[in-house]
Amino acid sequence: MALMWSELSVLFRRRRTIVMLAALALIPVLVAVAVRISSAGSSGRGPAFINQIAGNGLFVSLVALTICIPLFLPLTVGVVAGDTIAGEASLGTLRYLLVSPAGRIRMLVVKYIAAIVFTAAATVVIVVAGIVVGAILFPVGPVTLLSGGTISIGESVVRALLIASYVTVSLLGLSAIGVFISTLTDVPVGAMAATVVISIVAQVADSLPQLDWLHPWLFSHYWLNFADLLRQPIEWSSFGSNALLQLGYVVVFGALAYGRFSSKDVLS
Amino acid sequence: MSDPSLAIETRALTKKFGKQTVVNELYLSVPRGSVFGFLGPNGSGKTTTIRMLLGLASATGGEVNLLGEPMPRQLSGVLPRVGALIEGPGFYPFLSGAANLHRLDTADRYASGATRRRRVAEALDRVGLTNAAGKKVHAYSLGMKQRLGIANALLMPRELIVLDEPTNGLDPQGTREVRHLVRSLTEEGTTVFVSSHLLAEIEQMCTHAAVMRAGNLVAQGSLDELRHAGQTRVRVVTPDVESAERVFRALGLSPGHPEPTAHPGQLLDAEDDYALEAPLGDTLAPDAIVADLVAAGVRVRGFAVERATLEDLFVALTGEGFDVAQ
Ligand SMILES: Nc1ncnc2c1ncn2[C@@H]1O[C@H](COP(=O)(O)OP(=O)(O)O)[C@@H](O)[C@H]1O
Ligand SMILES: [Mg+2]
Repeated sequence: MALMWSELSVLFRRRRTIVMLAALALIPVLVAVAVRISSAGSSGRGPAFINQIAGNGLFVSLVALTICIPLFLPLTVGVVAGDTIAGEASLGTLRYLLVSPAGRIRMLVVKYIAAIVFTAAATVVIVVAGIVVGAILFPVGPVTLLSGGTISIGESVVRALLIASYVTVSLLGLSAIGVFISTLTDVPVGAMAATVVISIVAQVADSLPQLDWLHPWLFSHYWLNFADLLRQPIEWSSFGSNALLQLGYVVVFGALAYGRFSSKDVLS
Repeated sequence: MSDPSLAIETRALTKKFGKQTVVNELYLSVPRGSVFGFLGPNGSGKTTTIRMLLGLASATGGEVNLLGEPMPRQLSGVLPRVGALIEGPGFYPFLSGAANLHRLDTADRYASGATRRRRVAEALDRVGLTNAAGKKVHAYSLGMKQRLGIANALLMPRELIVLDEPTNGLDPQGTREVRHLVRSLTEEGTTVFVSSHLLAEIEQMCTHAAVMRAGNLVAQGSLDELRHAGQTRVRVVTPDVESAERVFRALGLSPGHPEPTAHPGQLLDAEDDYALEAPLGDTLAPDAIVADLVAAGVRVRGFAVERATLEDLFVALTGEGFDVAQ
């Protein structure tokens, strides 16, 4: 437990982590400011979501998440997950943690949990920054859902956090892949880049109709399907199938990471 | 069966990287309570051996017993009793020295959180880093990092402390401090296993030593035993080389080639002096040699019995004084 706290404190005290979270918080701000400026001389162009913002500031979070999911979130998650083991190896701290002895399995588990906590923090930062900046720049009121009904402001904040948790769950698989890659190398930048590239390849594959047999198996397949959480009543099926898929990735890549790391010669 | 009087015991410990054998069938015996010097030129396999002892790297063959327990099977029970500095210090540059020690201490399940602050302060004090405790490690000099690495090994009371080249990057003053530290540790009953490529360092602080050469253990024992392993030689300076050689042979000695030499009291018109050397066995008394030389009419102008220094031994064993082998 002490190791878990220490891990989180090392992670969140790092300037790099703070900078990444700040950059993610900047995206809803940019979205809101851009809409504010352009809606002054409203042209009526752009996707439906974006146009909703002008009417209700609560939509800023949603738009910002949608923008972040394909690239910015996988990028930051790739950096954190890819750094987990390889980063300690390159600093030379891995050998000292292991002779403490931290225990190799314990080390992996702690590292993976820290990566998940970062993912959750990242999505929550986007959502909260979106709500705050939306409330400042636009009117805020009850939200009209996709299914037609309306929900109160309080309920819509809950829905926004629900979507944040959906996105966090969506990235569990990618984090597991990142941690596994991180056990393969002592060069953290390599593990980070490989993880990000894999997330992009998965999304490209998901958009190719020729590979439609593969689509349901791609960890990125459900990434943008959080709209079901905006129905009344909530449609949980995509949440469920997403969670199951991610669990599969966690099991497979967790086992690979364990297999690799438990027998690895630590020569860094 | 492991010998309970040994802190470290290896049997045929071997490590191969691909085809290269980096550590070859090592039989190490490190007695408890000793300061054991692990001596060898750079690249002779010291760090690799230490990594295997501590379960960081797996052995290609052979066995390791650490504090009487087989490694790496009993790793989680043994390593809390062992402190280590391996291949230089490794720290988070963006954290302070004290924060780094806190962090590494949390990894040890037996280290109590309640005493952590005190133990970190004590360890920092012991290596003289109290004033730099709050400084970020990226602002530390190499010597300070090295001390912090040693402090990390001292966070808990240990039965065995492994220090891999602990004086690397330290100035002479820092080196002396490390020696003091090692001495105070042994007074507390801790076994210290210290590697180095510098003989002088080992000679000054160790009770025992082992010498590595290109992955092979070429000598091992107490410093006295090692000194005795070096040959004694007898050396005579005389102008009468032929007669001296005859006397040596008659006594069963095998003299080397005579070397022309000068000695301080040499007369201007004197004949040239030669130095004649021969290895001396245990059976022959040096005074008997002098008596025979004089009886044979040899003018003995100098006579000495020289014991090979550890330096000579180290050079003979490793093929060079220091620096890279292979
Ligand atoms: N990861 C590795 N892969 C291949 N060879 C290695 C590796 N690490 C060390 N070696 C080789 O093992 C030998 C011994 O290295 P090392 O144990 O570090 O020596 P020492 O600590 O005595 O200087 C060297 O020849 C080195 O090149
Ligand atoms: Mg070394």
